[in-house]
Amino acid sequence: MINKIIQTPAEAVADVFNGATVMISGFGEAGSPIELIHALIDKGARDLVVISNNTGSGHVGLAALIENRQVRKMICSFPRSTNSKVFPELYKRGEIELELVPQGTLAERIRAGGAGIPAFFTPTSVGTPLAEGKEVREFNGQLFVMEHAIRADFALVKCHAADRYGNLVYNKTARNFGPVMCTAAETAIVQARKVVEPGQIDPEAVVTPGIFVKRVVEVTNPADESKLVAEERRYPW
Amino acid sequence: MVNNTEKIGWEVQEMAQKVALDIPDGAYVNLGIGIPEMVSGLVPEGREVIYHTENGLLGMGPLPPAGEEDPELINAGKKCVTAIPGACYFHHADSFTMIRGKHIDICVLGALQISESGDLANWSTGDEKAIPAVGGAMDLVAGVKTIFVISKHVTKTGEPKIVKSCTYPLTGKAVVDRIYTDLAIIDVTPKGLFVREMAPGVTMDYLQERTEAALHQYE
Repeated sequence: MINKIIQTPAEAVADVFNGATVMISGFGEAGSPIELIHALIDKGARDLVVISNNTGSGHVGLAALIENRQVRKMICSFPRSTNSKVFPELYKRGEIELELVPQGTLAERIRAGGAGIPAFFTPTSVGTPLAEGKEVREFNGQLFVMEHAIRADFALVKCHAADRYGNLVYNKTARNFGPVMCTAAETAIVQARKVVEPGQIDPEAVVTPGIFVKRVVEVTNPADESKLVAEERRYPW
Repeated sequence: MVNNTEKIGWEVQEMAQKVALDIPDGAYVNLGIGIPEMVSGLVPEGREVIYHTENGLLGMGPLPPAGEEDPELINAGKKCVTAIPGACYFHHADSFTMIRGKHIDICVLGALQISESGDLANWSTGDEKAIPAVGGAMDLVAGVKTIFVISKHVTKTGEPKIVKSCTYPLTGKAVVDRIYTDLAIIDVTPKGLFVREMAPGVTMDYLQERTEAALHQYE
């Protein structure tokens, strides 16, 4: 029998090793798997390369993982925001690496990684500093820059509902990077607001087919990151 | 009343209004963060425009009433929004397929500098101490069919923003189609910059003095 349900976030991330590459879903707080990230802080794996669109807010979630000095390098498109203090300070001190990637190129590099495409040509960033050192080729009279796929050892993803096969549906704009990240990681670990019986998710409405998911953990009431940030909470509590 | 010459030009609201008038019925539109967001409220009645936000929503509606914000329903600026009836959600790769694949008709963006050949710089001043952040700007200018820029004509210190060649790092090369400033609306064409319209009180000489690149008038 296939049963991908894991009881706790701690068990779900127990094998994340030092030096692992970890994709983390979310666009700001929307879709950020905060309970899985906190479990990873408890676990303490270090020297991580993290792929995520942003770098977290305040002192919880992804920002707390960075603040706990577990992240060696961030690959992201927008590493600052009004409430993002941890990453900018470490970056200015030269204590964390950054690979800046245009948002659509980031999404496509992850998609390609999941789809078995090693590299691709995109019009994005041609003629800009982000194309420097990359192969540029002309197709039909237009220039394109070559970008490489990204894969990861683990993906930490938040969704709305999941079944024991790992079929997932998301909630509104919290979907963002979740579906592509599930495809591009050796081990996709998902926190779901609810776990339902197989068949309860309409097969026509499944967004992430279960084959892309290894583990599902139910987190019924995930923390509201902006509330924690407003309250100036810090993790570990 | 003191006659303050500094007051020549359109207010931000009027600039956004000018952009809105140029958005046709049926357009799929992506609005950048900040002033471009004002455009959606100013499109003339009777035109149906669908707003795309790159974090995965087609059919973005107005801001929600206080108390009805949903932190999982946000725009690219991470502000809470609503979804219109008929909206749809999708993941990031699909969202940028819409952008890069030339399915979005118009994108409205802010600018640090625009060159006479339509190069745009709007993501970095090249300051070594600043944290670089690009978001979706490079994908938008590379993929959206028509790029409108809305920006003050000069910087806070009075330097021209419309220049011969950008000195800031580029967002994209030869990507801008039309520039809406507080002083004028300017088309970027293969023959150079052509002035479509000037704000009341603005003359070609006044405009050229505040523009590094050469400006031309339509016949």
